[in-house]
Amino acid sequence: MENINLLERFDAYVAANKKIEPKDWMPDAYRKTLIRQISQHAHSEIVGMLPEGNWITRAPSLKRKAILLAKVQDEAGHGLYLYSAAETLGIDRDELIQQLHDGRAKYSSIFNYPTLTWADMGAIGWLVDGAAIMNQVPLCKCSYGPYARAMVRVCKEESFHQRQGYEIMMTLANGTPEQKQMAQDSLNRWWWPALMMFGPADDNSPNSERSMRWKIKLFSNDELRQRMVDMTVPQAEMLGLTIPDPDLKYKEETGHYDFGEIQWEEFYNVIKGNGPCNKQRIATRKKAYDDGAWVREAANAHAEKKAKRKTKAA
Amino acid sequence: MSSKKDWPLWEVFIRSRQGMSHKHAGSLHAADAEMAITNARDVYTRRQEGASIWVVPSDQITASTPEDKEMMFDPANDKIYRHPTFYNLPDELEHM
Ligand SMILES: [Fe+2]
Ligand SMILES: [Fe+2]
Repeated sequence: MENINLLERFDAYVAANKKIEPKDWMPDAYRKTLIRQISQHAHSEIVGMLPEGNWITRAPSLKRKAILLAKVQDEAGHGLYLYSAAETLGIDRDELIQQLHDGRAKYSSIFNYPTLTWADMGAIGWLVDGAAIMNQVPLCKCSYGPYARAMVRVCKEESFHQRQGYEIMMTLANGTPEQKQMAQDSLNRWWWPALMMFGPADDNSPNSERSMRWKIKLFSNDELRQRMVDMTVPQAEMLGLTIPDPDLKYKEETGHYDFGEIQWEEFYNVIKGNGPCNKQRIATRKKAYDDGAWVREAANAHAEKKAKRKTKAA
Repeated sequence: MSSKKDWPLWEVFIRSRQGMSHKHAGSLHAADAEMAITNARDVYTRRQEGASIWVVPSDQITASTPEDKEMMFDPANDKIYRHPTFYNLPDELEHM
């Protein structure tokens, strides 16, 4: 009886675009769904550092190296903002990390693709960060306060990520024929996985409706994907590169681009753990975590010793 | 060695520049206050967002409860005479 009342109030509250804060009453399913969504998002930021980290030591100039370092450091920050937001829902950071490491938690399938050439640093910034921005800007207005606030910080920082990526692509596209080919090859490899980042097609996305009612998802997967295509095609044209889709065509009547069928089999296969780099990514994460165990313990011991000394002195 | 695996949680407050008050920025884990300040610098002020940082152990914060929201804040609802617009004064009156 009590709960029905609370639930009605919650629904009305969210429908009126008001924010839910950590200590407010919320339905269990809302809490659980948010923990899953925010932690998945956090894991994506953290695992997302790996494909780019791969190129920090091999960046073509000191300037590019400094930029890439700053970008990867930002992604670490994004992961931390998001873990903090998830923790306000009553789950421990440690538990979230365990979930990632033992495969219970997912992260964006895009980071299971390898970064084969320097041009991939361009394509990732341009397309992958571009898709992330498309996904994240609406979430700045989502119903859960700490998540919305984290998204505001993240979005402020993402813009530089996309611009530096596009600039890399521009430099390569205006370079030697080999460099331009390298950029084209990178676009060919990242285009479809980037479109898959928006998730399954709407008729295959069973929980979407509920999440949209809860305002933790503001636009449908297909809506955002269409926006991404519409926005990116002119950008590719400006680079003089070709989007690897023979069915891509501007439709005067709708004002949108029609595009080809996405290979969903590949998408589900990567999600299931069979992408080119799934095993490597998690192994790298685990190793970093395990190798850092002694640092965490030593810092704890140091803090305890200092605290004891302080009480003795007092 | 500590029994606690995870470092404790700290709330971070940042003064964006001299003359402004500290504002809640988020939270983070750190073994002690000193490390919390250093981590807060890296996590929350990579673009000159800060001139000063406070860190407070999260479990040291006492908060009002959401259930008391009405009791706490509704009494101010019907006291509109606390606002300057409550008073009807002639338009010709200046500097007030
Ligand atoms: Fe990010
Ligand atoms: Fe990014």
